[in-house]
Amino acid sequence: MTEPNPPDTMLDRLRERLTPEEFPTDDRGRIRMVVDSLVLHLHPSKVPVTTIKWSYTWGLGGLSAVLMTILALTGIILLNNYTPSVPQAYLDILEIRSNVWFGELIRNLHHWSANLLIIVAVLHLIRVFLTGAYRPPRELNWLLGVAMLVLILGANFTGYLLPWDQLAFWAITVGTSIITYVPLVGESIGRLVLGGPEVGANTLLNFYSLHIALIPLGIFGLMSYHFWRVRKDGGLTLPKPVDPAPDPLTWQKPERVTTIPHLVRRELIYTLGWFAALLLFAMVVPAPLEGIANPDISPNPAKAPWYFMGLQELLLHFHPLVGAIIMPGLAITGLFLLPFFDVTSASVGIYFRSRRGRSLSLLALGLATLLTPAWVLLDEFVLDWVGWLPGWDSLISNGLIPLALIALGLFLLDGWAVKTFGADTEERVLFLAVFLFTAFVILTMIGIFFRGPGMALYLPWNMPAAVH
Amino acid sequence: MSENLSPEQKVSRRDFLKVAWGFFGGLALLETGGMVLAYLQPRLAEGEFGSLITIGLVDDFPPNSVTHLTNGRFYLVRLADGGFLALYHRCTHLGCTVPYDQTQGKFICPCHSSEFDQQGAVQNPPAPRPLDLFPITIENGEIKVDTGSPIQRAAFDPSQVVYP
Ligand code: HEM
Ligand code: FES
Repeated sequence: MTEPNPPDTMLDRLRERLTPEEFPTDDRGRIRMVVDSLVLHLHPSKVPVTTIKWSYTWGLGGLSAVLMTILALTGIILLNNYTPSVPQAYLDILEIRSNVWFGELIRNLHHWSANLLIIVAVLHLIRVFLTGAYRPPRELNWLLGVAMLVLILGANFTGYLLPWDQLAFWAITVGTSIITYVPLVGESIGRLVLGGPEVGANTLLNFYSLHIALIPLGIFGLMSYHFWRVRKDGGLTLPKPVDPAPDPLTWQKPERVTTIPHLVRRELIYTLGWFAALLLFAMVVPAPLEGIANPDISPNPAKAPWYFMGLQELLLHFHPLVGAIIMPGLAITGLFLLPFFDVTSASVGIYFRSRRGRSLSLLALGLATLLTPAWVLLDEFVLDWVGWLPGWDSLISNGLIPLALIALGLFLLDGWAVKTFGADTEERVLFLAVFLFTAFVILTMIGIFFRGPGMALYLPWNMPAAVH
Repeated sequence: MSENLSPEQKVSRRDFLKVAWGFFGGLALLETGGMVLAYLQPRLAEGEFGSLITIGLVDDFPPNSVTHLTNGRFYLVRLADGGFLALYHRCTHLGCTVPYDQTQGKFICPCHSSEFDQQGAVQNPPAPRPLDLFPITIENGEIKVDTGSPIQRAAFDPSQVVYP
């Protein structure tokens, strides 16, 4: 008499799943196996050979995801040695630096990855912009990207306070004071964010909660959606040669290669390469930390985090409502609306749209590089709206009037591009966008390298030391 | 369904339920939002910055003096004529702490170089308004300052000065 087969226990079934009796030997079976694997949850099984060239995407989106992963892992492990209270937070960072095994390395990794992420995410946005990849049907994914960029800046800004040193305290004081200039609701929103009238223990707790829970949750949620949309939208845009611009109807689709190994191999190399570089950098360059926060003494200069130096520069020239709220508000709105008024599909996949687009971009780059510092110097030493228009509200004299002048200047530039170069809609958008973005980068550089004590202008090699 | 409706029944059951769900759902969302907002309101601790602080006797502060009371985050200014002002030490531009420059007799902000005179009035922008004031009460020669409610002002006015 044969025993009936004993029923499978859960353990048996688990073992079966983990170690299949035999691995498939035929191509079909192998491919199935591959399709089942984790990699292909994310990627299609075949990708166009042209889109995986470095020189198209530069791997910037993938690198952003890698950095987010490093940030999550190093961030979680930092939590084990960090208390979000005053003054313990600062003492904990000191401990992490000097008394925790590999503490300094982990903190440096977290710090530098966070800063690199901002650069990489912005470069990713630029790549998508320059190749026209935001156009239909990819509008939604562009919007998701802009939202993620805002969240990344939020993560960085909230993280900036956590070490509770002088740098943190005053950057956040100045940064959050901007909110109070929002008409009507500014004061109460400011109080809510700070958890009181000034940056203090409640602010630290608020920022901590945002930094470790709400914002990362948001970013990882949007990231998943972003990746899924890439596939829903039919994969990446296909790179196209600029000369002669191919006809979208007759143009030959490129050959497709299997994701494994062609794409995955590149991703692995890229990830490992960047991780090695970051690790080396974090071993050599320590994240900054100054004395413990002291509400009675502002350091001189009290600078914003570097990625907000462009904004800080605007603040030095305009009434805060214009410089810190209206102008950035317009920029974000413009980014959000971009895929709805610039919709030509013919040039998608061509860097800078066309030959003329390339020349115009170069022109915009050069113009902005010359005009921005000129305007900063002019405003610093010659223009004095408040003095020239005594009795006027500085919101008008030092805000709306110069804003109108700048708008007029952009209008003239645009007209020039049309008249002299015969630019079409997409080339005009490109021209103005390159101009504005370059101007913002220049402002950021001026803020980082040329502003010293009292926020006066200095040459970088003559910069007096900061007073803390 | 609609053919069963009598002419007076303008709203079908389905439409009614839709509206009702929408209404109460929206209400619940608003309530939840309100709860979260209320929950997040800042709390203040007694006796700290933000409450009524007793700082001493009138005679402790000679005329024409500026004293930094860091616990209360303000300067007690005694003007030459004996009157008092309590100036919040926070710059009205973007919130830096403004130090008093004894030699120049004015407040100069280290952050974007706004300047304020002894009464707190703006001498040099970008600060958009004078330093905020805290209300002062003087009873039996004892000075009390309410740090809970800074007063914003458009300009200095002699009525802001408190005399013993
Ligand atoms: C799950 C995600 C994250 C966790 C759990 C986390 C956790 C932490 C903790 C505990 C600190 C304090 C320790 C320190 O100051 O080094 C910190 C600091 C910081 N975090 Fe994060 N973080 C996360 C993601 C991010 C992201 C996405 C960014 C920015 C893109 C970011 C930017 C920063 C910055 C700039 C600091 C200040 C570092 C310093 O100068 O010391 N973090 N984070
Ligand atoms: S914060 Fe004082 S001048 Fe800007």
